Amino acid sequence: MKVSTLSKGLAFGAALLAFTPGAMADMNAELVIDGVTLITRAPAPEHMNINEIISGWVYRSDETQAMQMDDFDNPGMLAVDAAAIAWETAEGDAGKSCASCHNDAASMAGLRTEMPRYNEAAGDLWSLEEYINDCRTERMGAEAWGWNSTDMINMTALISIQSRGMPMNVAIDGPAAPFWEQGREMYYTRFGQLELACANCHEDNYGNMIRADHLSQGQTNGFPVYRLKTTSLNSQHNRFRGCIRDTRAETFAIGSPEFKALELYVASRGNGLSVEGPSVRN
Amino acid sequence: MAENVTPRVRVPRSAAVGEVITIKTLISHIMESGQRRDGDGNTIPRSIINTFSCDFNGQNVFSVDLKAAVSANPYFEFSATVPEAGEFTFTWNDDDGSVYTDVKAIEIA
Amino acid sequence: MKISRRATLALGGSAALVAMLPLPAFADANDDAIAAFTGGAEMADTGLTLTAPEIAENGNTVPIEVDAPGAVSVMIIATGNPNPGVCTFNFGPLAGNQHAVTRIRLAGTQDVVAVAKMADGSFAKASANIKVTIGGCGG
Repeated sequence: MKVSTLSKGLAFGAALLAFTPGAMADMNAELVIDGVTLITRAPAPEHMNINEIISGWVYRSDETQAMQMDDFDNPGMLAVDAAAIAWETAEGDAGKSCASCHNDAASMAGLRTEMPRYNEAAGDLWSLEEYINDCRTERMGAEAWGWNSTDMINMTALISIQSRGMPMNVAIDGPAAPFWEQGREMYYTRFGQLELACANCHEDNYGNMIRADHLSQGQTNGFPVYRLKTTSLNSQHNRFRGCIRDTRAETFAIGSPEFKALELYVASRGNGLSVEGPSVRN
Repeated sequence: MAENVTPRVRVPRSAAVGEVITIKTLISHIMESGQRRDGDGNTIPRSIINTFSCDFNGQNVFSVDLKAAVSANPYFEFSATVPEAGEFTFTWNDDDGSVYTDVKAIEIA
Repeated sequence: MKISRRATLALGGSAALVAMLPLPAFADANDDAIAAFTGGAEMADTGLTLTAPEIAENGNTVPIEVDAPGAVSVMIIATGNPNPGVCTFNFGPLAGNQHAVTRIRLAGTQDVVAVAKMADGSFAKASANIKVTIGGCGG
């Protein structure tokens, strides 16, 4: 049965209730963790069609916002604790741990702000997960972690928090440019039976409600994110996969070149927002 | 034993005699509710943390009887009166018989 | 086998009659849980504060707080869950106060009920209606 684009559009429009969320989010709240104020609103980078970029934290309910403001209340910190132990644990043939070469995890400060980035030696765009696995397989003689495995997500949380507060700053020019272009094209491409592009929700309708969800800009500065729904940490690719699957499309694979390109583009839409990882979302 | 169960406890390092302090506890645990089904349609059996207790120098401060409706990664915040220097002992009991514990010392300021 | 209209109506009628009869064997699970805790005693509607969000961001993790000065224990019931029991807080001799916070799972919009048992043997009850929503695309 062919459903006309118009009726699909109307159906989509109907799903977006245009009432003010009110009690659901304090849009003017400030995110302060351990005395450090994080940047949750910033002028949008030049390449974008909107004026202000806003962290997903701003769109969440008071209770959810509060959960992220205290490192103890934030269940994502359990992952950071677990990874801190893994950081010191020797693994693999070389008998090394992360600490053997990198000393303190604090040496990772700044790394998260640049991810994903072009890796000269590999001649490819690399996500943080690939840098981690490269160390494991090439320098530790250990087995690679699955992209979406608990070990990997925990480690990305440990590395992300070392940059907490620092503004995202991914490169989109030079060798990264073709990947960025690919990601940008994906962002504006309609996928699935529902024929939805990322932009339809996250650029055209952020701030509105989709059913009972307060739509955010789809920023990734908070990843890996502790989702209240799954009560576990989620990676960016996992979230992309979920979104695309929800448009009733055949989704790309976690770790695929398409998702890495998309990761770069989406990260660039957040350049200027503070790294929050691990964050708390719904 | 449930996988990767790690307790996390926040207790102030010191307190005045008789002071009321706030304690927060978190433990990573999936709290399998017994409501979910696996790929074959079989119910995944309940496997949760069923009790939590906090004692100080042998005296009980606070305890909880948990059912499956407590969220995964169970979180509790409660208060304790500190009569003297000593140790807080935290105990979580799992349906599968495992017992997880943590200990935090506190000094008198 | 042909069933006459009269027989069918009689069958239907008696089924309807049975459905309308009170079925004492199936007393409300929520009432049972509360009765087990209070022994059927009266519950005052003051002395216990239950703090919960009006709209839960996600039903899987809903933060709630109870405060019942002088309470020995506080039981939480989720009246709309498959099983009503959520948890029971017990305050020991070294408890600094009778305030506790936790996070719970709610299967859908419902009343969450808290019942406090006081040191003097009396009971108090408080409830909060929490809306649990279906998300957008994220579910």
